[in-house]
Amino acid sequence: METIGIWLASLLTICILTFLYKDNPLYKFAEHLFVGISAAYWAAYSFHNILRPNLIQPLFIEGDLRFVVALALGIMMLMRLAPRAGWLSRWPLAFIVGTYSGYYFITYLQTNAVEQVRATLIPFVQVVSWRVFFRDPGLMTFLNAIAVPVMVIGVITGIIYFFFSREHKGVFGGLAKTGIWFLMVAFGASFGYTVMARISLLIGRMLFILRDWLGVIS
Amino acid sequence: MSIVERLEKLDRRLIFVLILLAVVIPLVRPIGFKIEVSEPVQQLYEAIESLNPGSRVIISCDYDPSTMPEIYPMNQALARHCFSRDLKIVGMGLWPQGVPLGQASMEQAAEEYGKSYGVDYVNLGFKAGGIVVVSSVAENIPATYPQDYAGRPVSELPIMDGVRNFDNIELIISLSAGDPGVREWVMIGQGRYGKTVGAGVTAVSAPAFYPYLQAGQLVGMMGGMKGAAEYEILMEGTGTASRGMDAQSVAHGLIIFFILFANFFYLVGRRKMPWKR
Repeated sequence: METIGIWLASLLTICILTFLYKDNPLYKFAEHLFVGISAAYWAAYSFHNILRPNLIQPLFIEGDLRFVVALALGIMMLMRLAPRAGWLSRWPLAFIVGTYSGYYFITYLQTNAVEQVRATLIPFVQVVSWRVFFRDPGLMTFLNAIAVPVMVIGVITGIIYFFFSREHKGVFGGLAKTGIWFLMVAFGASFGYTVMARISLLIGRMLFILRDWLGVIS
Repeated sequence: MSIVERLEKLDRRLIFVLILLAVVIPLVRPIGFKIEVSEPVQQLYEAIESLNPGSRVIISCDYDPSTMPEIYPMNQALARHCFSRDLKIVGMGLWPQGVPLGQASMEQAAEEYGKSYGVDYVNLGFKAGGIVVVSSVAENIPATYPQDYAGRPVSELPIMDGVRNFDNIELIISLSAGDPGVREWVMIGQGRYGKTVGAGVTAVSAPAFYPYLQAGQLVGMMGGMKGAAEYEILMEGTGTASRGMDAQSVAHGLIIFFILFANFFYLVGRRKMPWKR
C-alpha cells in the first residue's frame, strides 16, 4: 500500500511540474484531482472536527439548549446563498467581527505595538558591546555594537517615510529617504527568505522523488 | 541580432532546468558546505537545555504538508531534543493537518529514545478557533481538550496528572506556517501569561518574527530549512534539512548569478538602446 502511495505521489508531482514546460492535460488532471480531494477533505474535516463536536454533540446529543443560538447564527450565515434573505448573514458576521475585534484589540496592541516600542527604548550606545568590540575587534563584534543605533534610526526614519502630512523636502525629506533605504533592506531580506522557502519546497519534492521513489540517495 | 537582444529572447525554461540541476546534483553528490549555527537557533536550543527533566513542553504543530520540507525537520529535531533531556511533550495543533505530522515526529523520536505515549508525550489534537483555543488552553487544558487526538480521555493519561493550565507548562514552541500560529502563542502565552515562547517558522514568515525575537517576546527561533539544519547540527546529527542545505546554497548562488547577469545586460542594453531608458 505504501509503495502505491509513493508511486502515486511521485507521478502526481511530475504531472504538476510539467506545467513548467507548458500547460498540458497531465497538469490539468493533477490540478483538478488536487482541488477535488482538497474540497472533500475539508468538508469531511470541518464536519467531524468543528460541526459535530461544537454543535451536533452538545445540542442534539447532550441537549444543551444554549447552542440553539449558535445553530441560529449558523443558519443565518447560510442565508447568504439566498439572494432575498442575504441580509440575514450580516448578523452572524457582525457577531464574529465584534467578538474577534474585542478579543484581539488589547492583546494585539500590547504585543505588536507597545512591546515593540518598548524594545526601542534602550540606551543608544551599548557600552558593553563597544567594550567587547575594542577587546576583540571584528566584523561581528562591530555589527553587534552598532545594532541598537541602526535599529533606532531605522524605526524613526521608517516611520517618517510614512508621514505624508508634510512634503518630503529638506531635512525631513533626507530622513524619509533614509527610511526608504531601511525599507529596501527589509524587502531584500524578505525576498531572500522567500527564495529560500520556495527552493526548500523544491528540495523537499526532489528528496522525495530521489530517495523514497527512485532510491538514488540513501 | 546582438547578444543583449538574444538574451532578452532566451527561453525561460532554460532557467528552470538550471535550477533543477542546481538542486538535484548536490542532493545526489553532497558538497558538505559548513553550516554555522545562528544566535536565535542557539537560544532556542539553550532554552530546552535549561529545563529540568520531567518539565512539560507544548509543541504546537501549526503547519500542514505544504510546508513539510521546512518545518517537519524542526519538529523531528525538537522531539528528539526533548526526549533526550527527559522532557515531556504536550503536542497539539492550531492547524488540523499539523496534528498527524506532529504525531509522526513524536512517535519516531519516542521509538529512538524508548519513550511511551501517555507517559512521556501526548497529542491533544486540533481545535478550531485559533487565539480562542490558545486562551482556553492557558486557563484550563483538560477542559479544552477532554480527549486526545484519538479520542482517549486525557484524564487517564499519566502525563496529564496535575496538569491544569499554563502554570504546569515550562516552555511553549509553535511550529508555524502562518496564522493561527506563533503570533497567537506570543500574544496570549508570552504577552498575557508571561510564558517562555519559542518558534519554528517558514522562511517566508521569518522576517516578520525577528521583531518579536529582538524584543525578547520569543526566546529563540528557527527560520526555514536553514534554521532546521542548524538545530540538527546542534543535536549532533544530520537530517533532511542539513542534507538539503547544499542544494539550497547552490540554488541561491545560481539565483544571485542570474540577478547580477540580468542586471548587467539590462544596463548594457539600456546604454545601447537609449529609447529603452
